[in-house]
Amino acid sequence: MKILVPIKRVVDYNVKVRVKADGTGVELANVKMSVNPFDEIAIEEAVRLKEAGKATEVIAVSIGPEKAQEQLRTAMAIGADRGILVKTDSPIDLGGVEPLAVAKTLKALIENEKPDLVIMGKQSIDDDSNQTGQMLSALLGWSQGTFISELEIDGNNVKVTREVDGGLETLSLKAPAIITTDLRLNEPRFAKLPDIMKAKKKQLDIIEPAELGVDYTPRLEVVKVSEPPVRQGGGKVASVDELIDKLKNEAKVI
Amino acid sequence: MSILIIAEHDNSGIAAATLNTVGAATQIGGDIHVLVAGNDCAGAANAAAQIEGVSKVLKADAAELGHSLAENIAPLIAELGGSYSHILSPSSTYGKNILPRAAALLDVQQISDISAVIDADTFERPVYAGNAIATVKSNDSVKLITVRGTNFDAVAAEGGSAAIEDIASKGDQGLSSFVDLAVIESDRPELTSASIVVSGGRGVGSKEDFAIIEKLADKLGAAVGASRAAVDAGYVPNDYQVGQTGKVVAPNLYIAVGISGAIQHLAGMKDSKVIVAINKDEDAPIFEVADYGLVADLFDAVPELEGKL
Ligand SMILES: Cc1cc2nc3c(=O)[nH]c(=O)nc-3n(C[C@H](O)[C@H](O)[C@H](O)COP(=O)(O)OP(=O)(O)OC[C@H]3O[C@@H](n4cnc5c(N)ncnc54)[C@H](O)[C@@H]3O)c2cc1C
Ligand SMILES: Nc1ncnc2c1ncn2[C@@H]1O[C@H](COP(=O)(O)O)[C@@H](O)[C@H]1O
Repeated sequence: MKILVPIKRVVDYNVKVRVKADGTGVELANVKMSVNPFDEIAIEEAVRLKEAGKATEVIAVSIGPEKAQEQLRTAMAIGADRGILVKTDSPIDLGGVEPLAVAKTLKALIENEKPDLVIMGKQSIDDDSNQTGQMLSALLGWSQGTFISELEIDGNNVKVTREVDGGLETLSLKAPAIITTDLRLNEPRFAKLPDIMKAKKKQLDIIEPAELGVDYTPRLEVVKVSEPPVRQGGGKVASVDELIDKLKNEAKVI
Repeated sequence: MSILIIAEHDNSGIAAATLNTVGAATQIGGDIHVLVAGNDCAGAANAAAQIEGVSKVLKADAAELGHSLAENIAPLIAELGGSYSHILSPSSTYGKNILPRAAALLDVQQISDISAVIDADTFERPVYAGNAIATVKSNDSVKLITVRGTNFDAVAAEGGSAAIEDIASKGDQGLSSFVDLAVIESDRPELTSASIVVSGGRGVGSKEDFAIIEKLADKLGAAVGASRAAVDAGYVPNDYQVGQTGKVVAPNLYIAVGISGAIQHLAGMKDSKVIVAINKDEDAPIFEVADYGLVADLFDAVPELEGKL
């Protein structure tokens, strides 16, 4: 079984981003970039399936700038066998390559690579769209298992446990399927130095979007990007009694 | 303009978030229809027909629509798409699962999780864990949108008298099937619509000790939430998680206990009207957003608070 894992280069989750003064986006110069955390979980899951003898090859794919090779190398250090970068100069967050365009790119790659399973993140932590997996599975006419915390593969049957608002839902999917990960699916390993060295020698192909016949002209126009309203916090109370008094008589919420 | 709302429901009744979604549709303006796709869903369709401001309910009643499988519902939405200017659903796991699938079938770039309507084409949505607000304009001929319920007032559940029209399902696509839903039953109010939420974090320390959070919540008639760390540690089930990648809440009162205030957590609660934080570390970032911060050991403060209320 061949597994394709789409990964996105995003701002590191520890960075508190700032809106650019001209309101055109957020400041990304000189900030730490990483693999989208959900995608790291996707890679880990695919690599575990390979280690368990269920998968034969794990291919990491990213649509992004030249520098997204760094994130593909990280994926290969975790254990992906090879990487593909669909290189673009368009931004890949706000006002750039949108989920529908990413899904179309992935569809074209999937027609070439013919994987049996795609494992990807449920959401990118920059645009917070939560769309690409569902869109890709629609374009391919495949089944979808979104927000997955457990995955079990048994021949042609993929059993998934989904984290839904009311609890946990179990579905049975017909392969090939698109899986999107939730945080509790696994805990990704830290790549060790020898694995990082080995990853440098793995195959990484770079292709142009035009070769796949996809167009990255955005559908949505970003009119502006602004700061969220700031919250006036920082108030303190000295005791439980004072807290109760304030909640009753000042805030009037209890 | 006419707007189609994809109702979230359990076949017998309508989920509260649907009412906030209708609230957002009211701001866009136009004729409002509701799709109830389910199995044996007359109860839900009747409830939808009573929602204030709804002029028509489309009821698709078929076995394969019973468990909200995206593969079976999305083609139905895509088929209806051509007749509407907007299609809206709640930004819950229900809407997030189904709507992007329909958007791709319609070749539309969906707008996720809107927090404000500027005009019929232009919307605001939080990005980067709520650290920025993007204003986006769509030129797609039909706009597919998920709605962040906490930013829109719910319309009244009763008062309307819409006609119910039966429509056909597109059949079972044969791609997926439902096995089981493990619902966590609780008598407490629903997290995303509760007026008071008490949340516990890693500081609570164990599943057993989480009982003090629940006791306080019960005293206040509140819902119980949690940080991801508390969920990961197994203190509470996954559906308690508040944050960027969990549930978004905006109650009148949010009490954060033993929660440090990571940006991912703040993203899910910082629109609450009043925030209380109880934490023993006076430098915890949660205090920066709290109206009333109490620097204390939670094992002293929470039982004392519960006892004195
Ligand atoms: C992709 C991604 C998505 C995420 N999404 C979310 C999300 O949706 N929601 C979310 O919550 N997190 C999310 N996180 C995790 C987030 O980054 C933090 O790790 C998490 O919120 C921390 O939880 P916490 O505050 O309970 O734990 P900690 O940060 O460990 O804080 C525990 C706090 O308890 C206090 N404490 C300890 N003992 C006591 C005591 N006896 N009395 C009083 N106070 C005490 C400590 O001082 C400390 O401030 C996400 C992370 C990633 C990478
Ligand atoms: N530019 C990209 N390159 C590769 N994968 C992506 C890209 N954008 C999104 N994805 C994948 O789609 C998932 C969901 O992203 P989104 O729909 O943008 O929230 C991510 O977790 C990735 O797995």
